Amino acid sequence: MTPFSADDSDSPPGGVPGGVQSAAASAGDLAELLKLSGRGDEGAFAQLYDATSARAYGLAVRVVRDPSQAEEVAQEAFLEIWRTASRFDAGKGSAVSWILTLVHRKAVDRVRSAEASTRRDTTYHQGSQAVEHDSTAEAAHASMEARRVRQAMDSLTEVQREALELAFFKGYTHTEVATMLDLPVGTAKTRIRDGLIRLRDTMGVGQ
Amino acid sequence: MNESVHALSGAYVVDALDDDERTIFEQHLPGCLDCQQEVASLREATALLADDSALTPPPALRNSVLAGIKTIRPIPPETTNEGGADGDEASPAIAEVLPMRRRGFRVGKMLAAAAAVAAIAGGVVYQTSQGNENPPIAQLSPVEQVLNAADAEKVSKSFPDGSTASVYRSKSEGRAVLLTEDMALPPPGKAYEVWLQDAKGTMIPAGLMKPQGDNRLLLEGDANKATGVGITVEPAAGSKVPTTEPIALFELDEADA
Repeated sequence: MTPFSADDSDSPPGGVPGGVQSAAASAGDLAELLKLSGRGDEGAFAQLYDATSARAYGLAVRVVRDPSQAEEVAQEAFLEIWRTASRFDAGKGSAVSWILTLVHRKAVDRVRSAEASTRRDTTYHQGSQAVEHDSTAEAAHASMEARRVRQAMDSLTEVQREALELAFFKGYTHTEVATMLDLPVGTAKTRIRDGLIRLRDTMGVGQ
Repeated sequence: MNESVHALSGAYVVDALDDDERTIFEQHLPGCLDCQQEVASLREATALLADDSALTPPPALRNSVLAGIKTIRPIPPETTNEGGADGDEASPAIAEVLPMRRRGFRVGKMLAAAAAVAAIAGGVVYQTSQGNENPPIAQLSPVEQVLNAADAEKVSKSFPDGSTASVYRSKSEGRAVLLTEDMALPPPGKAYEVWLQDAKGTMIPAGLMKPQGDNRLLLEGDANKATGVGITVEPAAGSKVPTTEPIALFELDEADA
């Protein structure tokens, strides 16, 4: 096991302990960092943060839109990850999916509780949001994966893809999604599930 | 297996269920191995979707997260539920309290459940009455529960140096939280101590602030009996009664008798 030192938590802001290595941390590394975090190892948690924060923050921005609110969401999520790290079970899934699940839930809770009248007034533009340039090693790693994901998304039917994007990236309920896409009530959840299953099988994950 | 509940799995994974549906699904989940496996595998697929959105957060986020964890104690792992998924996905309140109470003991599930109920009845957990409906991964910390409480009242102060301090009190939670931002550090060898003031004017120790500008401190003691919250400069180990004049005093609305 890598001896993670608690001193790492004192790295300068934005510092990336381990650099590229950290960003490309394998699933096993992240799980180990999470486990150490559960024992109160602040250095391990700092490394975990550096390896996942771009994905976490980016996801929060995508869902809540407002950068300062996204920052709050990400902060809440990371504090919760620290607090509940011991509950992560590597036998049930990957560390990154556990982390992003938590971030996403917080982000969706935020947009729902804000009862975004402004959001609802906004016409829905299909997911054409520009991908911001991101220079971190984590992002570079993520972007290679992202290309594969985009290809996998292309294999979905249009309605599966739209339903999935509205639900996941915009935080709408499946009932709202059905209305937006003029689908019979109750079918959006099926489209979302079918889309995810297809994505899973195309990407070969979670088997 | 209930087919219509099972069909919610995808929407559950992307948080697209409304609250009622989520509750139904989370009640269904512990007893349905198929759904557990499907949810786990779909979560892996969902995580990949975030790869396309990666965005470097502001450096301040790293600082506040790493400062924030210093004030938060990680909860212990579960120790009584090795046998299965029960109480894992669907019963955060039980997961929350059992390890603290039963650490080191192996107890039967019935006993474990009974202990959890007793602990909840005794007010040991901070879960609200809706606790069991909360998603297991989105449990609020005690601090967040106060901050998010519908009845939370807030008293804020700004200081000439640009720092701010706020006290949040929730009567339903019976707790108060002190939030500070950019506060100057205490003099060497000293600490900021926080006090709850009762109706008689007595100051009761409620905790020491960490020596850092930003604090999120859950105050000790019954916040509902407090008429005010004070901050004083004390020796680093803290004092039992204030030894200096408060540098800040927050008046709360009426206290419970």
